[in-house]
Amino acid sequence: MELNAKIPPGPLEQKWSYYKDHAKLVNPANRKKLDVIVVGTGLAGSAAAASLAEMGYKVKSFCFQDSARRAHSVAAQGGVNAAKNYKNDGDSVYRMFYDTLKGGDFRSREANVYRLAECSLALIDQAVAQGVPFGREYGGYLNNRSFGGVQVSRTFYSRGQTGQQLLLGAYQALIRQVSAKAISLYTRHEMLDLVVIDGKARGIIVRNLDTGEIERHAAHAVILATGGFGKIYYLSTLAMGCNASAIWRAHKKGAFMASPSWTQIHPTSLPQSGEYQSKLTLMSESLRNDGRIWVPLKQADNRKPNDIPEAERDYYLERRYPAFGNLAPRDISSRAAKERIDAGFGIGAQKNAVYLDFSKAIKEQGQDKIKEKYGNLFSMYRKITDIDAYSEPMMISPAAHFSMGGLWVDYELMTTIPGLFALGEANFADHGANRLGANSLLQACVDGYFIAPYTLSNYLSDEIKTGSIDTKHPEFEMAEAAVIEQLQKLSAINGNKTADYYHKKLGKLLYDHCGLSRNKSGLEYAISEIKLLRADFYQHLKVPGTPAEMNGELEKAGRVADYLEVAELMCYDALTREESCGAHFREEYQSPEGEAMRNDEKFCFVSAWAWTGLNQEPKLYPEPLVFENVALTVRSYK
Amino acid sequence: MKIYLKIWRQLNAGAEGKMINYEMDNVIPHMSFLEMMDTLNEKLILEGDRPVEFDHDCREGICGQCGLMINGRAHGPLKHTTTCQLHMREFKDGDTIYIEPFRAAGFPVKRDLKVDRSAFDRIIGAGGFVSVNTGQAPEANGIPIAHEIAESAFDSAACIGCGACVATCKNSSAALFTAAKISHLVKLPQGKVEAQKRALSMVAQMDAEQFGHCSNTESCEVECPQNISVLNIARMNWEFGKAAIFRK
Amino acid sequence: MKPKPFSTLFRKYLMALTGLFLCFFLVIHLLGNLQLFLPAEMARNSFNWYSHLLSGNIFIKIISYVLYAAIVIHCVDALLITVFNRKKAGNYAYDKRAVASKWYSRNMGILGTIILVFLVFHFKDFWYQYKFGTMPVDDAGNKDLYEIVIKAFQNIWYVLFYVLAMFALGYHLLHGFYSAARSLGIYHPRYVAFIRIFGIWYSYIITLGFVAIPLYIYFIHY
Repeated sequence: MELNAKIPPGPLEQKWSYYKDHAKLVNPANRKKLDVIVVGTGLAGSAAAASLAEMGYKVKSFCFQDSARRAHSVAAQGGVNAAKNYKNDGDSVYRMFYDTLKGGDFRSREANVYRLAECSLALIDQAVAQGVPFGREYGGYLNNRSFGGVQVSRTFYSRGQTGQQLLLGAYQALIRQVSAKAISLYTRHEMLDLVVIDGKARGIIVRNLDTGEIERHAAHAVILATGGFGKIYYLSTLAMGCNASAIWRAHKKGAFMASPSWTQIHPTSLPQSGEYQSKLTLMSESLRNDGRIWVPLKQADNRKPNDIPEAERDYYLERRYPAFGNLAPRDISSRAAKERIDAGFGIGAQKNAVYLDFSKAIKEQGQDKIKEKYGNLFSMYRKITDIDAYSEPMMISPAAHFSMGGLWVDYELMTTIPGLFALGEANFADHGANRLGANSLLQACVDGYFIAPYTLSNYLSDEIKTGSIDTKHPEFEMAEAAVIEQLQKLSAINGNKTADYYHKKLGKLLYDHCGLSRNKSGLEYAISEIKLLRADFYQHLKVPGTPAEMNGELEKAGRVADYLEVAELMCYDALTREESCGAHFREEYQSPEGEAMRNDEKFCFVSAWAWTGLNQEPKLYPEPLVFENVALTVRSYK
Repeated sequence: MKIYLKIWRQLNAGAEGKMINYEMDNVIPHMSFLEMMDTLNEKLILEGDRPVEFDHDCREGICGQCGLMINGRAHGPLKHTTTCQLHMREFKDGDTIYIEPFRAAGFPVKRDLKVDRSAFDRIIGAGGFVSVNTGQAPEANGIPIAHEIAESAFDSAACIGCGACVATCKNSSAALFTAAKISHLVKLPQGKVEAQKRALSMVAQMDAEQFGHCSNTESCEVECPQNISVLNIARMNWEFGKAAIFRK
Repeated sequence: MKPKPFSTLFRKYLMALTGLFLCFFLVIHLLGNLQLFLPAEMARNSFNWYSHLLSGNIFIKIISYVLYAAIVIHCVDALLITVFNRKKAGNYAYDKRAVASKWYSRNMGILGTIILVFLVFHFKDFWYQYKFGTMPVDDAGNKDLYEIVIKAFQNIWYVLFYVLAMFALGYHLLHGFYSAARSLGIYHPRYVAFIRIFGIWYSYIITLGFVAIPLYIYFIHY
């Protein structure tokens, strides 16, 4: 099978216009005959559902949370990028395109990334019109802040809650359509399988999490906007419910996964403090503007941080990357921290953290200034750790954060299954091997508001004559039977270990061997261990209760079961990519100074994977990346 | 630390519930409250018991999904803190902790500590939005909005929809939740267009959802994780009155 | 969208408006009563003349009907609100919600009931007596309400009851005054701060003023 990204012809700047001008349309009178299912109510899902409903399509929207407003987009702190050039500092769509492409270590499509930058302009307009209270200057115009990896100020923000405010805008647009009866909203419903009829996505099987009932829903197209799966590492900055199940079930029905091992590990999270820990809280990256990162020069130094004299501290980022110092990009900062921790210089009770020190900034700018900038973060830090970061350095540590990989999609955001679209973090499209800060909110919004409405219409224009889809079709029957069988299987094992036990084990295994740095033998070891763990899971799992009721443990078990399969694919993906790029760092491919070495000759492609069956090696379909507009350079932050 | 728990257990909305006693050994002070609950559930599962169902998701205080009545207070003993941000160091060895669901006629219990807060969605659905379709938006800098106005709108918009305001209110009033949205939108020029209709519809929906009157005791502001000001309620009262008198 | 006449907010507006009217009346009432602090004979003449003035004037008569209506509406509305709230409110096995608010803000109903009971006696002893009872007459030919008041406050129990009721009134006002402003929608922080302080002073002055009268009469006057 040849992967076709369907990039429109013409010069880079005109590709999206060309697409919009030539895409097929659906007459307003026909739209109400067409059903669309949207799974997920984060930025991408809510935005797509609302936009499609506004156009007149009949939309069903699903989320597992108890309200659409709780999707994990809500937790993004920093901001959203847009090339508005309000700061007059030389920003442009092209520059933003280039920054994003370079930040992703040249492992994404030019055309997709350019469109992302292009649509960023309209997104800010849309959000402001919805009532999103972005930060403003005293004159009343929108303000910007700068973010890691770029030289302009293009980040729009609502204090430290930009994701929340954007999501509320999208959620309100969604709820408005729910009230207008244009969207049927199903909260507390989890998608458990995709239904494919005659090669096209035609519906989903969901479980009502409050009652345990299994339901069938049919549509002419299905959108998955189910977010990232960084929670596979168990300890991550993600919400407890984030999962890979929807995209994984779609993958097993024929949708390709692309570069699933590309996971961004965020450098400034709070460290793990014990075995009981369920999540790692992110501290905004903005702290690195004024904080200095260091570890003791001496291994296993047990002195209190303030007792360690200046001469015995190793400001390793400033030492290794004098040009960017503490503001080196996320992947590089995280890796440098791990290097020090692994070498035995880690600090804290578990020796798993590094210091983020504000004493110099406080001395230079005064405590009040620091409080004004980061007060909420310092008080959050205090709430969680009971430590006053004004008088003692913070302890931070890298944590799994964002999945650059996901379902493979073409320029239309359609997967390899016709009629199945993937939006936002659930797809792989725009960030390459490393995502720049404040680009994730942007991508989710742009996919949902501005791309899906066009590409869905283009697809649906051929579905007008299809008529309504019957949920009694044998494919629905089979999919539902398989879902029920899986749930019963999980319930029936009745072993002696909980789903969390397996999740933690898997997370540790992945973090150690398919996390910040990877190597061949480690990945091979991980693959064999994952297989063993999976076998053990199906022998010793314990799920209380039955599938026919509210059952939080069964939900968890189902997600872990999928994670145990996703993890294996991640390892294959990392194993076969014999280069270091972005977040993917193969120890075999580094310069003598320990910097990543990309191999553009052999690996300038996206790894798309096909499911071949359980315990089978997945099949790789490389999609070559063609760069017509930029020259591939080595990322250097020295 | 040893902790004694008294937890509300209820099989489903129709069933009778009651407080059940549990004991936890080896609670670590640095654990978050929900991690303590995880540990309890782990124990219950392995002992063949039904684990306690409770709502939670982001565990960093922003999604609004968690919400427990802990020792008789919404989200526990700390002000302006969600349940997930509460840590066991706030308790002492040997303490007894009462854990109950958020209770209100508008928040029926689904199971154990999980309640149905869909009323909040319906209140927003009654008008808590700006009626702008994708594609209609004018240039973002077309309408300047003073810094102070934008900040004040943000203060109102920061609500996470957890329901602590209702849980802690002696009347189970949803005034703070409803008012926060009404006042967020009316402060902004984009939201002013529909201000009258919004105030009337959202208040009508709030009343239809079985919430009580606001008595201005202000306990909602104290327990609100985002410290949403009760002055939003005044703003709602003002906007509603204005709309009722001058409506077009 | 038509506003529903029995929306929760309408009921609160009604509470606020009637409450504020009663607050206004209290000021007038206290101002009149301050005449009791004058030297005995001057007080008698002045007070009785004032009482006569209030009972004869058509304008005052209208105000008095508004006053009766305000009291009735305030009470009935409060009862409706309380019953409604009781039905909606959640109950907890272990309840410490009280730490998050002032006790008097949560117990306006009880405070109000004390005031209502007080009002029944107050009306019976002074208002009913003045209007329908047999009254002595002073030198100027006015009904001698002054005499009735002075006699009433010779009884220590009556004085104590009066003082207790005034404290209930004080706490009722302490919450009620700014709560009314809140219900009516005064939202600007600057005016809210002013009203809060004004409300506190108002409550102190009204309470202390009304408390001082029986104490003055009981301990100092005779």
